[in-house]
Amino acid sequence: MSDVLVLMKGIEKTFPGVHALKNCDFQLRAGEVHALVGENGAGKSTLMKVLTGVYTKDAGHILYKGQEVEIPNPKAAQDLGIAIIHQELHLMPHLTVAQNIFIGREPRKGARFVLDEKQINKDAQDLLDMMHLDLDPKARVADLTVAKQQMVEIVRALSFNSEVLIMDEPTSMLTGTEIDELFRIIRELRSRGVGIVHISHRMEELKQISDRVTVMRDGRYIATVDTHAVTIDKIISMMVGQEIYETARSLPLETNKVVLEVKSLSRAGVLKDISFQLHRGEILSFAGLVGAGRTEVARSIFGADPFDSGQILVHGNEVQIRTPNDAVKYGIGYLSEDRRRYGVMPTMDVETNIVAAALDKFLGSFGWVNKASSRFAAEAQVNDLRIRTPSLEQRVRYLSGGNQQKVVMAKWLVRDCDILICDEPTRGIDVGAKSEIYKLLNDLAGSGKAIIMISSELPEILRMSHRIIVMCEGQITGELTAAEATQERILQYATRRESIARN
Amino acid sequence: MQSEPIAREIEIAKKGSVFHSDATQKLLAFASLIVMFIVFSLASPNFARFNNIVGILLSTAVNGILAVGVSFVIVTGGIDLSIGTVMTLSAVMAGVVITFWRLPIFLGLLAGVATGGLCGFVNGTTIAKMKIPPFISTLGMMMISKGLSLVISGTKPIYFIDTPAFRKIAMGTVFGIPYAVLIFFCSAIVANLILTRTVLGRYTFALGSNEEAARLSGINVDRWKIGVYTLGGMFSGLAGLIMASRLNSAQPALGQGYELEAIAAVVIGGTSLSGGEGSILGTVIGAFIMSVLTNGLRILSIPQEWQTVVIGVIVILAVYMDIIRRQRR
Ligand SMILES: Nc1ncnc2c1ncn2[C@@H]1O[C@H](COP(=O)(O)OP(=O)(O)OP(=O)(O)O)[C@@H](O)[C@H]1O
Ligand SMILES: [Mg+2]
Repeated sequence: MSDVLVLMKGIEKTFPGVHALKNCDFQLRAGEVHALVGENGAGKSTLMKVLTGVYTKDAGHILYKGQEVEIPNPKAAQDLGIAIIHQELHLMPHLTVAQNIFIGREPRKGARFVLDEKQINKDAQDLLDMMHLDLDPKARVADLTVAKQQMVEIVRALSFNSEVLIMDEPTSMLTGTEIDELFRIIRELRSRGVGIVHISHRMEELKQISDRVTVMRDGRYIATVDTHAVTIDKIISMMVGQEIYETARSLPLETNKVVLEVKSLSRAGVLKDISFQLHRGEILSFAGLVGAGRTEVARSIFGADPFDSGQILVHGNEVQIRTPNDAVKYGIGYLSEDRRRYGVMPTMDVETNIVAAALDKFLGSFGWVNKASSRFAAEAQVNDLRIRTPSLEQRVRYLSGGNQQKVVMAKWLVRDCDILICDEPTRGIDVGAKSEIYKLLNDLAGSGKAIIMISSELPEILRMSHRIIVMCEGQITGELTAAEATQERILQYATRRESIARN
Repeated sequence: MQSEPIAREIEIAKKGSVFHSDATQKLLAFASLIVMFIVFSLASPNFARFNNIVGILLSTAVNGILAVGVSFVIVTGGIDLSIGTVMTLSAVMAGVVITFWRLPIFLGLLAGVATGGLCGFVNGTTIAKMKIPPFISTLGMMMISKGLSLVISGTKPIYFIDTPAFRKIAMGTVFGIPYAVLIFFCSAIVANLILTRTVLGRYTFALGSNEEAARLSGINVDRWKIGVYTLGGMFSGLAGLIMASRLNSAQPALGQGYELEAIAAVVIGGTSLSGGEGSILGTVIGAFIMSVLTNGLRILSIPQEWQTVVIGVIVILAVYMDIIRRQRR
């Protein structure tokens, strides 16, 4: 039970301008689920990338089953039996589910270089069945939702039959039942003696699934503890270094001035008869399971997707929003759910990304960008949101996942919209920054902005919203005030399919 | 969840659109080929004559083989600008072996394909190992191979007069169809098998779709990339041999400009320049569209200059259709 699978000692890793890992230790046993926690940019992903050969360490030792090993590339890690699901999705969108699962080790037939496509599809189907996943092996990955794509990554990693499985925020894009399913699989693997590393910012998951927790802070190893022996608060204080964050509460709503009204928005096969009002100073949450159509509502309002019928009224006037540019003109901002794909320009620096959506604010004479004021604005956001970056010139692709998300958030805050649609605003963001973002949303609402928040985390919805709209399969199935709302009632609406079928 | 009406509708809508979009481009290209054929046949009685058809097939062969080869490179998201002049260099090397050194013809053929492969290998290596962007590396190779052709041949054509059999390679016929055409079809079939059935083909798509993901999957990205460029180069070598055989000589000054026609054929065939998708069938159809158009316009006595203009317009239209198709997804 307690034989040590992986031992990392004194790991050092420096990137230009960033000392990402400082004398870091880590130990993983067979048959345990080991949670790795820390704030955004603490070095969790980097440590695991060193273990899986994505990065090479500058110094330190890695012992695998007691033997010192060098892991110069991903292949070497695979050969040792170490598999990883990266924080960023790493799929080939043009290939099918089955082709993605078996990429790099396709079954061959006859001559060594001929693919056995039948076998690939069959093996993939077996894996999917084993995990009770309703996915077509022949479906193109580009046509799947993000959550389904995440499941493909998980299946891929599991299919190696590895002895070590590392999951870098696997749950950040999943909801309720999908997470339960994942945890069921994790428990099964654990009982088979697999050592599992689980990175997550969802603190409640620690107690649910992990046996031990390792905390990292600022690239340093802080401590490893048995999960049942500590409280979540204790872990959080180790993560952030003593300060304790208070969870923000939503303020009472003062006006009922309608700033946005949506009337019977419909899109064949996706959305049906969506109507709601959004008030000044309100935080309106959209709850529901993944695939309920919440993101589709947001994208339609923002002009990113077309709709077949329906009206959108901003401040009482009907408006035609055909492109995101129109939406921005009417003061609507949208924080996309898939930030890495739609939200950042990864090869540009932090400052450019932050001011990108509001460049016209920083134009001086002759259309020159006023460097001083754009720098000032970007700096303010970096401080407010505690974006961890060595400088404003750092390219966004080199920031940690959570910090990239904060950059997108900052972008829309600089833009200063009246109506802000936040799709999963805290996904992949650490506890500290999470409460910063809650506070921020509250402040924004308090200052008269109207906010639509789409979230799959019920505690967050219950804590933050004035009103909650629940969706299921493209339709609104219920609306609750903050006072009425409970976890049970939301879930009840979110799964209420019978009532739709009757309509 | 599947039994619910809206969910099912969504699934169907998705599947429908996927089928729709994937099949359309090829159908569309094929349909326009047929339409062109009919229009030209009606416009001129000479067009549908057997001799003219054979002429079209023959003129497609060289461009088609080049296009098939460069399809692999383009599916990886790369580009190869050197295929035209590498084709010429390969022909010159065949000339050197056969005419200058008087070695057996098959050694000349081998030399031609090997030259193409070697140039492709160098391209692949500079791109994968030295991280030079494909556009630049192959632009360099284009100049290098052009220069070498002129140097090696002494700027004069090398004729294959002493070896009449060499001319048979492209121009021998079965049932009136030149071998060149058959070689083109065979190489397209082989290329299609490589692209769809083999590991090399799968990784060609994987590289174009998401190179970083391929790398993290433990695929030796550099090696496969070099392989793809080498394969593309070998097709250029083959095209060079067909060309030389047709002209019964290696013309060192020829070749530049062929790369763009081949790339145009690939694009018309629906292969995306950003990589990850494409098909050999599409490329073959694209190559035919180009030569039917050239031939038809010539038969209608439209001046050469205007033919070029029309082809340019067709390339832009083809890509535009592809973009519209993608947006609808
Ligand atoms: N390739 C890189 N080049 C430069 N800096 C990098 C690179 N990768 C990571 N970093 C930096 O190293 C630090 C640690 O990043 P890492 O991704 O490991 O954080 P993390 O703990 O996974 O955070 P998150 O919870 O946000 O994912 C960050 O400051 C990040 O900016
Ligand atoms: Mg990370």
